[in-house]
Amino acid sequence: MRRIIGNSLWRTTIKKLPDKKGYFGHYGGRFAPETLMSALHELERAYMQAKTDKSFQEELKHLQATYIGRPTPLYFAKRLTEKLGGAKIYLKREDLAHTGAHKINNALGQSLLAKRMGKERLTAETGAGQHGVATATGAALAGLACEIYMGSVDVQRQALNVFRMKLLGAEVREVDIGSKTLKDAINEAMRDWTANVRTTHYVLGTVFGPHPFPMIVRDFQSIIGKEAKGQVTKAEGRLPDYLIACVGGGSNAMGLFNEFLDKDIRMIGVEAGGKGIETGEHAARFAGGSIGILQGCKTYLLQDDDGNVLDTHSVSAGLDYASVGPEHSFLKDSGRIRYTYATDDEALSAFEILSKTEGIIPALESAHALAEAVKLAPGLSRDKIMIVNLSGRGDKDVQQVAKIKGVNLSD
Amino acid sequence: MKKTKIAITLEKLKEQSKKAFIPYIMAGDPDIETTIERVMLLEKCGADIIELGIPFSDPLADGPTIQQAAGRALKSGTTLRKVIAAVRGLRHHTRIPIILMTYYNPVFKYGEELFVKDAIEAGVDGVIIPDLPPEEAGSFIKLSRPSGPGSGLDTIFLVAPTSTEARIKSIVSACRGFVYYVSITGITGSKLSIDEAFRKHIDTVKQLAKKPVAVGFGVSTPGEAQTVGRLADGVIVGSAIVKKFHEEPGNAEGFIKDLREAINSSNQ
Repeated sequence: MRRIIGNSLWRTTIKKLPDKKGYFGHYGGRFAPETLMSALHELERAYMQAKTDKSFQEELKHLQATYIGRPTPLYFAKRLTEKLGGAKIYLKREDLAHTGAHKINNALGQSLLAKRMGKERLTAETGAGQHGVATATGAALAGLACEIYMGSVDVQRQALNVFRMKLLGAEVREVDIGSKTLKDAINEAMRDWTANVRTTHYVLGTVFGPHPFPMIVRDFQSIIGKEAKGQVTKAEGRLPDYLIACVGGGSNAMGLFNEFLDKDIRMIGVEAGGKGIETGEHAARFAGGSIGILQGCKTYLLQDDDGNVLDTHSVSAGLDYASVGPEHSFLKDSGRIRYTYATDDEALSAFEILSKTEGIIPALESAHALAEAVKLAPGLSRDKIMIVNLSGRGDKDVQQVAKIKGVNLSD
Repeated sequence: MKKTKIAITLEKLKEQSKKAFIPYIMAGDPDIETTIERVMLLEKCGADIIELGIPFSDPLADGPTIQQAAGRALKSGTTLRKVIAAVRGLRHHTRIPIILMTYYNPVFKYGEELFVKDAIEAGVDGVIIPDLPPEEAGSFIKLSRPSGPGSGLDTIFLVAPTSTEARIKSIVSACRGFVYYVSITGITGSKLSIDEAFRKHIDTVKQLAKKPVAVGFGVSTPGEAQTVGRLADGVIVGSAIVKKFHEEPGNAEGFIKDLREAINSSNQ
């Protein structure tokens, strides 16, 4: 890793990605049906204009502060640190952002962008429901109609978020085809966008899909790392040694990592190990996948020998996805970021540890990142500093965890 | 100049002032043996070119009819490899031009170069890949023409109602065989509306294309096929045929003949 970031070519290259065609090295691109191509170009133009438009940036900044509640705190988890007996653990508290997860950073940005582009309606996919809730929230704030696609398996395990979306005025469409999870919800949202592309903006929820989505989502999420950099410098007088984040599509991870890619800091992305890689029931694309093209981009993918996408499993709906953002694939191949995984059991254990030692119930997605901290911190000296991205809060998962533990909440 | 089978077929039709009938079926729905029989039936009923769909787990440009057909085909164990083998077998019985319509990932996983080689050897005439726009298709186009203009696989790209004039120009220049005009802003099997905007846009495409233009995606009845036949050089019917074969296989032959006659009457 040191060798990579010591290379000045790397430092100048990494800031400029993606390239004009939307590639991060070999990954990314724009593999979309022709009906969407003009809309993708239109979106790219509108985004590049907004990026340098002072009034847009000021409005975004104002709403980040007054509506989302940014900056979110960087919290020193003293009791967790003591319990693990090694590196100092800080939590970036995205769970305290409005709607309870980092997803709002992107959804709000894209909602404002859609409004600016004159769109009347938003459509989006959701896995755990957090991005659906965030998009429904952005739509309410911007005064746009909103339709959310969600796999029927996820509708069942995230019933609370389904109701939240409806309260926010969104239509929720259950997707009952394929694996009935996030992947199928994306297919259906893209079909909706294809049919309604003139009036509708598709708010993709992660650093995935055809260019320019991976870039736009990363940029809107990169506020996480920008804040964390200032906060940790203030608290410790220096930058951290380790950054840890869970990786489904990979937006909270890119959000935290992006600001630090040219710095001498170890970064770890944690995928969903499900029931274990050997069982085949997981969503660890880097551990068990190969390169392919899905839903608009070239990246790592869990697929069979004929190029059909495999079913995945994770206790966490937000990580239960067969593919991963193309920039992550680039960062993996270049060796800049280490990717590992946590199993369902390890995540559930971390979920309980954080709840009991710190009084913070994390989202099951974020619990995967915590599980890696639980493994790593004890072996590190006490002067090392680690930031874990606490990407969301766990209220949505309480019902499911109760079910797994055999507790009946409905009586 | 050497010409491909698809080009020769379409030119002959043009000389006779006829419009091409291009039916689509999902290969392997319900199984490969039935697909082979259906190709022969389609030819018998007057198809000029046949599109064989390759099932994929995530067909994001397709509506429910073709999604479900793909599901059935995958369940019966259909793969790109097996469909290429089926075409090889078909070549003992028919010379009708065959086009594979596939998403890009099965081709990518197969290996572009090997896929092109195997497909040509088996007697496949053309390929349509809805999620591979020309700007991502540089290597595929090059590989598809191993020994010059009239050789290899015809690469057929899609033009949509949302395509800008600049895009139409670059798409039609990447097309060989014909240009596939998507008649609706939407997914396969959606409802067709032949309005003034549609007529105007397809005229633009025809002027820029300087090669045959076939229309597909929303054509589901003989009436629509007739109307579209008046506007284009060929009519592609997919979802409606897939649905008929699945739901009322006994009536499929009659339906296909009706489509053929309707397209024949486009010029009257």
